Amino acid sequence: MVEFWIDYGFPLLIILLKIIVILVPVLIGVAFATYFDRKIWAAMQMRRGPNVVGPFGLMQPFADGLKLFMKETIIPAGANKGVFLLAPAITFSLAMIGWAVIPFGDGLVLSDINVGILYMFAISSLGVYGIIMGGWASNSKYPFFGALRSAAQMVSYEVSMGFIIVTVLLCVGSLNLSDIVRAQEKIWFAIPLFPMFVMFFISALAETNRPPFDLPEAESELVAGYQIEYSSMAFALFMLGEYANILLLSGLTTILFLGGWLPPFDIAPFNWIPGPIWFLSKLAFLFFVFSWVKATVPRYRYDQLMRLGWKIFLPLSLFWVVLTAGVLVAFDWVP
Amino acid sequence: MIVQGLVFYLFAAIVVVSGVMVISARNPVHSVLFLILAFFNSAGLFVLMGAEFLAMILIIVYVGAVAVLFLFVVMMLDVNFVQLREGFLQYLPVGGLIGIILFVELLLVLGGAGVTVEGAPANALAAPMPAANVTNTEALGALLYTKYVYLFQAAGMVLLVAMIGAIVLTHRTRPGVRRQNISDQVGRRREDGVELKKIQPGQGA
Amino acid sequence: MDIALTDLLLEYLPILIFLGVAIGLSVVMVGGSYIAAHQKPDPEKLSAYECGFDAFEGSRAQFDVRFYLVAILFIIFDLEVAFLFPWAVALGEIGVFGFWSMVVFLGILTIGFVYEWKKGALEWE
Repeated sequence: MVEFWIDYGFPLLIILLKIIVILVPVLIGVAFATYFDRKIWAAMQMRRGPNVVGPFGLMQPFADGLKLFMKETIIPAGANKGVFLLAPAITFSLAMIGWAVIPFGDGLVLSDINVGILYMFAISSLGVYGIIMGGWASNSKYPFFGALRSAAQMVSYEVSMGFIIVTVLLCVGSLNLSDIVRAQEKIWFAIPLFPMFVMFFISALAETNRPPFDLPEAESELVAGYQIEYSSMAFALFMLGEYANILLLSGLTTILFLGGWLPPFDIAPFNWIPGPIWFLSKLAFLFFVFSWVKATVPRYRYDQLMRLGWKIFLPLSLFWVVLTAGVLVAFDWVP
Repeated sequence: MIVQGLVFYLFAAIVVVSGVMVISARNPVHSVLFLILAFFNSAGLFVLMGAEFLAMILIIVYVGAVAVLFLFVVMMLDVNFVQLREGFLQYLPVGGLIGIILFVELLLVLGGAGVTVEGAPANALAAPMPAANVTNTEALGALLYTKYVYLFQAAGMVLLVAMIGAIVLTHRTRPGVRRQNISDQVGRRREDGVELKKIQPGQGA
Repeated sequence: MDIALTDLLLEYLPILIFLGVAIGLSVVMVGGSYIAAHQKPDPEKLSAYECGFDAFEGSRAQFDVRFYLVAILFIIFDLEVAFLFPWAVALGEIGVFGFWSMVVFLGILTIGFVYEWKKGALEWE
């Protein structure tokens, strides 16, 4: 029995503890992300935003959470119950398990798998399921149209995202996320691959259905898209999943282009600050840009969205893949 | 090791059960969802064998792309699947025959592992082990684009045919649709739209 | 069983457990709310969202074939990306020959891309 504990019990307990250490801050971060999103948005429109609950309205996300928790869970009569409840759970779980491979610092990662970037790519390509399933299971028109649009949109930007990731991988020579960060010790990839950085960020906006690409939930025409029929905690799970995805993609952008946990310059005042703080502040900055874009840019029309994805991003990123590889091979810089 | 065995049986059992559910579920959407579950657990089995790259590609390509198309078709085509099922028994002999052939082939592969094909090395069926510090993605990349270059290009041709085929089969141009022409919009000058005329007072245009 | 494989699998174990924890958490959240909150359904509440009328027709409408075309083209490009991943990692080993081999491959697919562009398969209206 004692041996069993030493062999299996304690390692399992340690893994569970690590998961809690990641999961709890992520959930709290997501809660506050909704708050900061609203605050930033309000500030840009010369409003105050949430300021009643707690000091500066800081307790607003918890009040919202509690309110949603105490609401009635409505499952529409025509809905397909199992799939209807499965959809938000999928969105939420996918957004959570992505954090398992994110390196917060050098060696500070739950599972340092060899194919980390493929894992993240897989997670983001699965994100479409929560939306299609939710939209279909509601058995209502607006969710259905929202889901349909969203599926086509996410799928379109997935392709260019894949090509952009390949350009980064060419400069790294490994699929491991920590290796990708370590390869940026000399220079962050945002500088030599600047166009790719911008395109990746825009694709991330489209992947997370954020404005200006929030067609799936365009409130002026589709009311709330695939989320219309959801209430209570099922809705909260969609919301949490959505914001967790935004943070996750900000984190991924940080790892791919902004040097992850590395300081901007490896000299005295900068490298005193520990890596995780650099990582989180870069992540927070990208999240701010997400909100900034939301507050400033008007929504795209659907045909414009598809044209941007297929006719501009796809050929451009494909061209950059060949260009990057060509330069690397020609100058013998391949890692 | 025990954990690994348990996880294997868990994944394998889920694959088999969801495989059965794919063909027995009443609702076609549920069938596709069970298919996705089966893909997931097969990816888990790949990981257990150490084939991480294949596992991830299985999820990215099959779950992330192919199953999305399946879902599109069954969710949104609104086909009456009860009607499609009516002729179920009619196909039983053909389906059964194919099933038996596949089963026999599987048996041959499993039972014939010891049989050597002439010219092939005895351990052709055993997986070659790459050096310990090479990940299987690298090992794959080192072979696929050089040694198997013709097969690789053939794969490219297959994809090209698929692309053209998809467009030929599904693309329709609808007449009478007014499209946005951006270069026209941008190329429009002030002179094209606005005309200024000098009008004498009291005379009208 | 060699040690390298065991190490590899140990990296994946936390992901499996994480997935279990995440699914468990979502079940607890929805289930907890279902138990804690006051449930009082009525037919009006449970009807599908509409502008006030009952829906005239079912929601399983037919839609443009273009959405299928997007999904099919996505599969093809996704496969292309899948081929690029090992190439990007192994480019140092396979060198110039590997580079040109991929350029030919991408060239073939670019022909297809140009074809679909010219055919107008990428147009939305």
